[in-house]
Amino acid sequence: MDIAFIIEKAILISVVLGISLVTAMYTTLAERKIAGFLQDRHGPNRAGPFGLLQPLADGVKLFTKEEIIPREANRFLFILGPSLAMLMACVGTAVIPWGEELQIGDRTVSLQIADVNIGILYVFGVVALGVYGIMIGGWASNNKYSLLSSIRAASQNISYEISMGLSLIALLMMTGTLSLGEIVEQQRGINWNIWYQPIGFIIFLTCSFAETNRNPFDLVECETELVGGYHTEYSSMKLGFFLFAEYINIFVTSAVMATLYFGGYNFPGMDALAEAGVAQNWITLIGVAALLIKILFFIFFFIWVRWTVPRFRYDQLMRLGWNVMIPLAIANIVITGVVMYLFGL
Amino acid sequence: MEKLENISLTGRKKVLEKKPMNFMERIYLPSIVQGLAITFKHLFRKKATIQYPEQKREFSANFRGIHSLKRDEEGKERCTACGLCALSCPAEAITMIADERKPGEEALYREEKYARVYEINMLRCIFCGFCEEACPKQAIYLDGDIAPADVDRKNFIYGKDKLLEPLLK
Repeated sequence: MDIAFIIEKAILISVVLGISLVTAMYTTLAERKIAGFLQDRHGPNRAGPFGLLQPLADGVKLFTKEEIIPREANRFLFILGPSLAMLMACVGTAVIPWGEELQIGDRTVSLQIADVNIGILYVFGVVALGVYGIMIGGWASNNKYSLLSSIRAASQNISYEISMGLSLIALLMMTGTLSLGEIVEQQRGINWNIWYQPIGFIIFLTCSFAETNRNPFDLVECETELVGGYHTEYSSMKLGFFLFAEYINIFVTSAVMATLYFGGYNFPGMDALAEAGVAQNWITLIGVAALLIKILFFIFFFIWVRWTVPRFRYDQLMRLGWNVMIPLAIANIVITGVVMYLFGL
Repeated sequence: MEKLENISLTGRKKVLEKKPMNFMERIYLPSIVQGLAITFKHLFRKKATIQYPEQKREFSANFRGIHSLKRDEEGKERCTACGLCALSCPAEAITMIADERKPGEEALYREEKYARVYEINMLRCIFCGFCEEACPKQAIYLDGDIAPADVDRKNFIYGKDKLLEPLLK
């Protein structure tokens, strides 16, 4: 443990945190822009060129709004809720391998903050903890609508976590490791897991929509039945944190999906580049760009689906989760096992 | 005797049979992909929006905008303060104070009587155009722009300074 190691990790952490926050910030703009385009509108275009300063304007607005804490609310938990949501959204990026190793001087810098050998479980745990922010916030508000909404959020997340976990088990049977770094290394070039686990990917994708509380499963927020949802009583930046955490979650989930199923930083032709004598550092940087492009595509996909698919009713959501997704995920495990046995993998 | 639910007086009635969904419909994915394709096409459609302050939609020929008090060919005010516009106004938005033309003011006012004060409250006005119809002297027309926004109620009372047509030199 030398001082250079600490500096290296500190820089890496700040860069990754910065990228995830800025991406989340501009996802809010992208959401409104794409929503506009899909509906033949322009979307926000007044603040700065193409509305590029809109996220800043929104942030300033949220910060300067009046802060209201209801008299009957539990003050400590009321503040803990959005803080927890924000924290849990941010720590998820720690185990994502952002690229191969960089050679700086005679040091080899790994572009993964922490190569935990249970990386997937870590991501899974963090995602599961994310719902605590919503639950605590809804409970502390002392408002029946917030409470109902957070109960919904909790049951939705628990239901979909099961099938999400089961879809991952099929993947883990193939990879034989829980470390995200090793999973990505196995997918070198275009040998991506999506070719072997298409059903698993669809299950994972659907569940990640439910986990991030996005349309068509955004039952946590609903203006019609629950007066807004779990953040009814929230105002100012505490509300902003809740909404912002959702966008960071989208970023993290996109990164996890790209890592698990779409080869992470691997891109077709990376071996050919290495043979052609391109320096490893350049290949690494192209790989980082490839990962970011994949992530941006998934973010676009999240937004695209939101403005296309109508939301589910609550009972439909539960029926889909328990009666369709879980049996399908189990069937996927069985099929994967049988195929692996037959081909002697 | 024909069954009631089969009678269609307009000829447009369609009786839909509610069939249970088949397998492809039940897994939803094909229709979701279809929907995504439709929305994706809209990404590149021409936008229906008109960027208002920079771009303006052309008004139709009978558009009724802000009023203007007209002058005749020699630049004299046409209004004779008869009060018919105020009388016809359903929103009671128009008030005026009449005055007698003094000798030497013949170049300013066409008739012996004129409106010293003429005010329209734009917050009350419903832009119905009755004043235009009632005017016997063709002195008021609603041929202006859309009434602009303001933060002060006082500024919505338009006097002759804002309503009167500028003198053409």
